[in-house]
Amino acid sequence: MPKITYIEHNGKEHQVEVPNGFSVMEGAVQNNIPGIDADCGGACACATCHVYVDEKWFDKLPKKDISEEDMLDTAFEPNKSSRLTCQITVTDELNGLVVKMPSKQG
Amino acid sequence: MIKTDVLVVGAGPVGLFVVHQLGIIGLKAEVVDNLDKIGGQCIELYPDKPIYDIPALPVCTGESLTNSLLEQIKPFKPNFHLNERVQEVTQDNNDWKIVTSKNKVFIAPNIIIAGGVGSFEPRKFGIENAEKFENESIFYSVKNKNDFKNKKVCIFGGGDSALDWAIELSKFSKVVLVHRRNEFRGAEHSAEIAKKLEKEGKLKIKTPYQLNSIEGEKKINAITIKNEIGEIEKIETDYVLGFFGLIMKLGPIAEWGLNLEKKTIPVNTKDFQTNKKGIFAIGDICTYPGKLKLILSGFHEGALAARGCFKIARPNETYRFEYTTTSKTVQERLGVKESD
Repeated sequence: MPKITYIEHNGKEHQVEVPNGFSVMEGAVQNNIPGIDADCGGACACATCHVYVDEKWFDKLPKKDISEEDMLDTAFEPNKSSRLTCQITVTDELNGLVVKMPSKQG
Repeated sequence: MIKTDVLVVGAGPVGLFVVHQLGIIGLKAEVVDNLDKIGGQCIELYPDKPIYDIPALPVCTGESLTNSLLEQIKPFKPNFHLNERVQEVTQDNNDWKIVTSKNKVFIAPNIIIAGGVGSFEPRKFGIENAEKFENESIFYSVKNKNDFKNKKVCIFGGGDSALDWAIELSKFSKVVLVHRRNEFRGAEHSAEIAKKLEKEGKLKIKTPYQLNSIEGEKKINAITIKNEIGEIEKIETDYVLGFFGLIMKLGPIAEWGLNLEKKTIPVNTKDFQTNKKGIFAIGDICTYPGKLKLILSGFHEGALAARGCFKIARPNETYRFEYTTTSKTVQERLGVKESD
């Protein structure tokens, strides 16, 4: 199973296994990892599952679609490495992915 | 002061349907919601997204579901108090006294919290000292556009609110529109107008920039904005407007003395009462073993909570279980049968 590392804003790391086909957001929520709220439950409608993707990984991810980019406008302090984790599907290729959470989601 | 049997907090689908369940057993409800419209997340977050798991409705949208529920509860003529957030809840003999953000007071033996993930509030700037200037130099909505007349105004955001206000205020203010990327997500037509105004020198557009710092004592004198390669630019301004959409916050519910588990309220599954007698929680905001955050679960939870309310609102009456298909009393309440 692919391993994903979530790093809280305070630097605390959580490495968990997330099954293929799940979203990176679900991986955090199901493992009770703080820092990803996912208020809308994965509908790409709230921008509270926002993370900064590690530089090495950003270009390896499938590209953002327009609705994700639009939603990121409303995220807390987005930058060029921002993604919404509900829109990233876990696959074997993402084994080792590292994402960092912002200081808060809203 | 308004007296009622049940105060419902939240006008989302679950809050609406519980009005029906209360209505058919003869209880009157008042509904309060912080949004300016009825429908909760269904309307605010995904009015057009199809929903496929409402029983007996193969497909509907957030908007059509809200409209159907409103039609269904019409016979009970519920009062909606929109744009109001429930602020305080205190004990008042055997009742609860509820005060809203507009200082409206309700007295009710029961409260049903159907608040979803909390109330919708504007997203704010993350800069440390931004809060200090709020309602003085920084605003997240426009109440009176004349307040900005002949002033320098910086507007942040890329959606319709940001574009519309930039266009409107540019008629009599010096406006700079700042957005984090070059594309605007608001209506294409509005973005075109904004770009045209920029060419005519009536409006400045700065993209892809974000707020970097705020300068000023009591009021803002200037801000700096920064782009992705770290270039910083200073803009003198009187006001800053931010339009970054809405976020859901639990808000004052956390202060009512209810047990909380993360951002949810534990309930018993007999009648969905919380740790406080007469305060119930249903829908996404409640939690119990096996809880599913589905609209259909919220409907069931509301049906049971309504019966729980009956026992408290009518302590001297015996609750009678009746079907809408056969009960004359229920049909009268629904307005489908003439009373004798």
